[in-house]
Amino acid sequence: MALLLQYTLIFASVLILVALGGCFAEHSGVINLGLEGIMIMGALGGALAMRYISPNVPAIVMILGVLAISALVGMVYSCLLAVACINFKADQTLVGTALNLLGTAGATVIVKAINTAANPDDVSSIVQYAGAKKAFTVSLGSFEFSWFMLVTALLLAAAYVLLYKTRFGLRLMACGEHPQAADSVGINVYRMRWAGVLISGFLGGIGGIVFITAGVSEWRFEYGVAGFGFLSLAVMIFGQWKPQRIALAALLFGLFRALSNVYMGFSFLMAMNIPSPVYNMMPYIISLIVLAFTSKRSRAPKAEGIPYDKGQR
Amino acid sequence: MKKNIFKSDGFQSLLASLLCIVLGLFLGYLVLLVINPAGAGEAILTVIKNFMTYNRPASQLKYFGNTLVKTAPLLMCALAILFAYKVGLFNIGAAGQYCAGVALSLYAALGLGWSWLPCMLLAICGGAILGGISGLLKSYCNVNEVISGIMLNWIVLYLTNMLLTTVKEDASPYTKVLAHINESAVLPSLGLGALFNNNQYVGLAVPLAVLMAILVWVVLEKTKFGYELKATGYNKNAAKYCGMAEKRNVILSLMISGALAGMGAAMLYLTGYEQWQCSTSSVPAMGFNGIAAAFLGGLNPIGTVLASFFIQHITAGGAYVDKSMYCAQISDLISALIIYLCGFVLFMKHTMNSYAAKREEKAALKARAAEAQAGAEAEKGGDQ
Repeated sequence: MALLLQYTLIFASVLILVALGGCFAEHSGVINLGLEGIMIMGALGGALAMRYISPNVPAIVMILGVLAISALVGMVYSCLLAVACINFKADQTLVGTALNLLGTAGATVIVKAINTAANPDDVSSIVQYAGAKKAFTVSLGSFEFSWFMLVTALLLAAAYVLLYKTRFGLRLMACGEHPQAADSVGINVYRMRWAGVLISGFLGGIGGIVFITAGVSEWRFEYGVAGFGFLSLAVMIFGQWKPQRIALAALLFGLFRALSNVYMGFSFLMAMNIPSPVYNMMPYIISLIVLAFTSKRSRAPKAEGIPYDKGQR
Repeated sequence: MKKNIFKSDGFQSLLASLLCIVLGLFLGYLVLLVINPAGAGEAILTVIKNFMTYNRPASQLKYFGNTLVKTAPLLMCALAILFAYKVGLFNIGAAGQYCAGVALSLYAALGLGWSWLPCMLLAICGGAILGGISGLLKSYCNVNEVISGIMLNWIVLYLTNMLLTTVKEDASPYTKVLAHINESAVLPSLGLGALFNNNQYVGLAVPLAVLMAILVWVVLEKTKFGYELKATGYNKNAAKYCGMAEKRNVILSLMISGALAGMGAAMLYLTGYEQWQCSTSSVPAMGFNGIAAAFLGGLNPIGTVLASFFIQHITAGGAYVDKSMYCAQISDLISALIIYLCGFVLFMKHTMNSYAAKREEKAALKARAAEAQAGAEAEKGGDQ
C-alpha cells in the first residue's frame, strides 16, 4: 500500500510539474506540444549532472544542483519553441512535434556519443545514476519519501500565487485571452509569451528529471519519456488550466500510472489475472475517456495557438 | 514585363524545402563535428550517399531497392499527415494507425492464413477505424486530435504487442517469417524485383504508393469532396454556413488519413522485409517521419513523393556511418531538424515575397524616373 502511495505521489508530481508548465505557456497564448521533448532534455541534463557531480557532496547540494541544471536545460531548449512560434509565427503544432522528435533523437545521440567516448564498446543510450539517486529519497518506514514531492508542492503553491496574485500572472493571462487588448494597455505581448514558454521549459525540465528518477536508477534515452508530456497536457485540460484542479487531476492519473508498477503487490488484482500490458494502457485509456467527457465545456485561453501579429486587427 | 520567378508559389516551396534540407544537413554536420571532428565529413557524406557507399553496382541496385521498399510506407504515412493537414487537422495518430495496420495485416497473414489482398484491406480498415475514433472525439467531444492521437498511439502499441505475441517465433521476440508460413500473403513482385538485382522485397508496394499519391492529389484538387474538405480546413464555421457537413468532413478525413497509414503498414510488412518485435516499447517512427516528409514536400502530394524518398534515403544512410564514432540516430536527428526548420517556411516565403515586391517597386520607380527624365528632356527640347 505504501508503495502504491509512493508511486502515485511521484508520478502525480511529474504530471503536476509538466502540466503547470503547459498551463503557463497556454495562458500566455502558446500551445506547447513540445513538452515531451523538453522533459527529455531536462532529464538528460539532470541525469548527466547526477553522473558527474561527486556522490560525496551533501544531499542538499546534489538536489539543488540537479534541479537547477534540469530546469536550465529545459529553459534553453524551450527557446527553440519560443523563437519559432513567437518571433517567426511558425505553426505551433508542427514546431512542438519537431521538438519532441528532436528531443529523443538529440538525447540519444548525445548519450551514445558520451558512452562511446568513455568506452568504445559501449553503444547503449543508457545513463546510470544509482549512486546519486540516494540523495533524493528518505525512507519513512516502507514509504520512500522523495524530496521532489516537496519541491512539487512548493512549486505548485508558487505557481498559484504567481498566476492569480501577481501583476505578472494577470498580465500573462491577458495575453492568452486577448493579446490586442493587452497590447493596447502597454503590455509587451511578445515578452509575456516568451516568459510563458520559458516558465514551461523550467517546469518541464524539472518534470523530466523527476520522471526518470521515479522507480528506476538508469534510463535508456531512446525511449524518450513514453508520452508523459502528452499525458500532462491531458491533465492540464482536465484541470481546466487551473493549478489547484491540475493537482487533483494529476493525483487521479498518477494513481493509474502507479498501478501498472505495483499491481503485483495486490492479491485481488493478481487474482483477476489481467495481462500486464492492460495496466500499461490504463493511464492512456482513462485520459481519453476523461477528455471525451470534459473537453466539451473546456475553458481554454481564447487566443492560444494563434501567433500574435502586432499589425493585425 | 517579365514575370518574377520569386513570386510563383511552387518555386518558393521548392526553394524553401531545399533550404531546409541544406540547413538541416549542415546542422547535423555541426553535431557530428562536436562529437568527433575526425570523421564528421565522411559521416555526413555517408548519410547522403546511403546505398551509393557500396562499390559494386549490383549491390548498389539491391540496396537502392531496399530504400524504395521502405519509402513506400513512409510515403503513405506522409500522405496520411498531408491529407489531414489540408483539413486543418494534425494527425499525429498516424503512427498508431500505422501500428494498427502492422498488427492486423501480420495477424491476418500469419494467424489466419489470409492472402495479401484481404490482409491489406483489414489493415486499411484498422487504420480507418482508429482515425475515425480521433475524428469522432474531435467533432463531438472537442478533444484535440493531437492529444487523442498520442493516447491512441500508446494504447495501440500495447495492443499490437499483445496480438502479435500469439504469432511470434518461440525462441525470439520477432514474429514468424512471412514467406515460410504463408506464401500467399506476400505482396506480388510484378517482376519489379528482377530490376533491382533480384531484390525479392521490391514489388507492388512501390508503384501502388505512388499511385495513391496521385489519387490523393486528384481527390484534393479536382473533386468537390476535396474542395469541401479544404474549405472545412480553412474555416470550419464558414463551411458549416455554406451547408457543408463539417463534422462529417472532419471524421471522414481522419478516417481516410488513417486508412492511408494502415495501408502503408501492410505495404511494408507484407513484403516480409521486416518482422515485428513483440517487445517494442516505442511507437514506430514511420508515422513521425511522415510528418517530416509531408512538410518537406511542401504539403503537395507529388512533392511528398520526392521528400519521402529523401527522408528514407538519409534514414537508411544513417545505418552506414562509422559505428565506432557515431550512432545511426544521427539521421533521426537530421530529419527532426528538418521538421523544425519547416516551421520557418512561412517566414521564408514571406521574405521572398517582400523581396520580390521590393524589387518590383524599385524597378517601377526607376522606370518612372526614367520616364520623367525623358519627359523633361523632351520639354526642354520643345523650348529651344
